[in-house]
Amino acid sequence: MKILVPVKRVVDYNVKIRVKADGTGVDLANVKMSMNPFDEIAVEEALKLKEAGKAEEVIVVSIGPDKAQETLRTGLAMGADRGILIKTDETVEPLDVAKLLKAVVDEEQPQLVILGKQAIDDDANQTGQMLGALLGWGQGTFAYTVELNDNGVDVTREVDGGLQTVSLSLPAIITTDLRLNEPRYASLPNIMKAKKKPLDVKEPGDFGVEIKNRLTVLETTEPPKRKAGIKVGSVAELVDKLKNEAGAI
Amino acid sequence: MTTLLIAEHDNKSLNEATLRAASAAAQLGGGFDVLVAGEGAGDVAAEAAKIAGAGKVLHADNAAFAHQLAEPVADLIVSLADGYDAIVAPATSNWKNTLPRVAALLDVMQISDITEVVSGDTFVRPIYAGNAFQKVQTSDAKKVITVRTTAFEAAALDGSGSVESVESAPANSISSFKSEELAGGDRVELASAKVVVSGGRAFGSKEKFNELLEPLADKLGAALGASRAAVDAGYAPNDWQVGQTGKVVAPKLYIAIGISGAIQHLAGMKDSTTIVAINTDEDAPIFSVADYGLVGDLFTLVPELTAALD
Ligand SMILES: Cc1cc2nc3c(=O)[nH]c(=O)nc-3n(C[C@H](O)[C@H](O)[C@H](O)COP(=O)(O)OP(=O)(O)OC[C@H]3O[C@@H](n4cnc5c(N)ncnc54)[C@H](O)[C@@H]3O)c2cc1C
Ligand SMILES: Nc1ncnc2c1ncn2[C@@H]1O[C@H](COP(=O)(O)O)[C@@H](O)[C@H]1O
Repeated sequence: MKILVPVKRVVDYNVKIRVKADGTGVDLANVKMSMNPFDEIAVEEALKLKEAGKAEEVIVVSIGPDKAQETLRTGLAMGADRGILIKTDETVEPLDVAKLLKAVVDEEQPQLVILGKQAIDDDANQTGQMLGALLGWGQGTFAYTVELNDNGVDVTREVDGGLQTVSLSLPAIITTDLRLNEPRYASLPNIMKAKKKPLDVKEPGDFGVEIKNRLTVLETTEPPKRKAGIKVGSVAELVDKLKNEAGAI
Repeated sequence: MTTLLIAEHDNKSLNEATLRAASAAAQLGGGFDVLVAGEGAGDVAAEAAKIAGAGKVLHADNAAFAHQLAEPVADLIVSLADGYDAIVAPATSNWKNTLPRVAALLDVMQISDITEVVSGDTFVRPIYAGNAFQKVQTSDAKKVITVRTTAFEAAALDGSGSVESVESAPANSISSFKSEELAGGDRVELASAKVVVSGGRAFGSKEKFNELLEPLADKLGAALGASRAAVDAGYAPNDWQVGQTGKVVAPKLYIAIGISGAIQHLAGMKDSTTIVAINTDEDAPIFSVADYGLVGDLFTLVPELTAALD
């Protein structure tokens, strides 16, 4: 079977972003960009299934600017077989991302789509679930373990309070949580090899999807700053401050 | 503008997250009804009828809803959506799982994790681990919204709405519940605790984590939390992770011990009223948000602190 892994190009998780002074957005000029960390976990999981002989092909797909080719190349260097870029310079909201991914699924007919649970830029946590709805597939979100078996796939999920295991028939959607695996690093030879792997560049129009954003961002602001605290010299002083100054205990 | 508020519960009692989302639902104006979907959750429905400002409670009782599987529950919500202008749920793991499915079926964009209702179509929500806030206006006729519960006060339980059964015969052959491992226990729930004690990688083992933090948490009546590094290392269960991609908490007192204060961790706790940090590194970023910082070795300071609380 084929596995499709959507990967998003986002600001690297180590970067502390800055809000533009005029409130029009976040300053992305000269900021380091990387593959969304949850998507690295998704690529890793797909590769593991391939290495276990349970999948034949891993396809990475990204929706974004031309530079998202770099993100796809990262996925290819990890071991994915081919890439698809759906090129657009517009912001694409999760609903339209899901519609585009549905069109790719219709064309490629994968049995599994493994996404990240959340993109660390928009923190939306929606796309996988939306794609599940549009396709009428079952979903195993926030995956902690994934087990393919004869009937489909069992996904153990990280939920409030602990873990929950669901059984899904195939085809199905999985979204990754942090503990699913540790993504591999791409070796230099594999990075070189990845340059020759196939990467198709398409446009939203090729899939008959029109990008129509529903949300208008009126303003982007910084969070309120906490006032600077103090260092205390001892446990006794801490307890005294908590009792008598903060009234916290 | 009428709103359908989706209740978070475990079939036995109403979770406090519902009351906080109720405050957001009330701010939309136009009143709200509450949906309780579950199995044998009659007590929950009765409790939900007391939510201040609630109209009627729609009670959908079906074995298919026992574990809140996204596929049948989303179909149920969509079948009820016609009568409502907005669908609102707390951003708990259940509704993060299910509500985007509802939104896509209704062909609308979900607005995730709102921290403020500006007007009926305009909301504030965090992006980039809470390092920026966006004010967004939706052009969708129907709004589908999840609520960051720490940003809203809990609604009172002094109302007297009515409960109405809703028929539902969900057909779901694509997913089924297999098993669950839920912690339970006596400790207060992390999301609604007044005091949270969190530990990081510095504890070095699960044994030390428990041995040092449990007595402290007991003294303070606190919930326990953890950094991602502590969870990854197996010192603490997954659902104790506080942060951008874990739980967001805002207790009266948050004590971060042996936690460096990465932005992803700060995202989940920096709205706490009072923050205490204990760390050997006086330059650890956690001190930039701490009201009271104590520089030193947790292995001596934590037992000392526990003893000092007698
Ligand atoms: C996609 C993504 C999502 C993430 N989501 C989250 C999240 O939701 N929540 C989260 O917490 N993290 C998250 N992280 C991880 C985050 O970036 C940090 O790696 C993590 O928070 C570090 O955990 P820590 O502070 O326990 O460990 P470290 O950064 O290793 O810090 C340990 C601290 O302990 C101190 N220390 C050492 N010995 C002692 C001692 N004896 N006494 C006292 N102090 C001592 C050290 O000075 C240090 O400051 C995420 C990362 C990614 C990439
Ligand atoms: N523009 C995109 N291109 C490819 N995949 C995406 C894109 N946006 C979101 N995704 C996928 O959807 C997941 C969840 O994103 P979100 O719903 O935006 O939090 C990500 O981890 C990706 O796997």
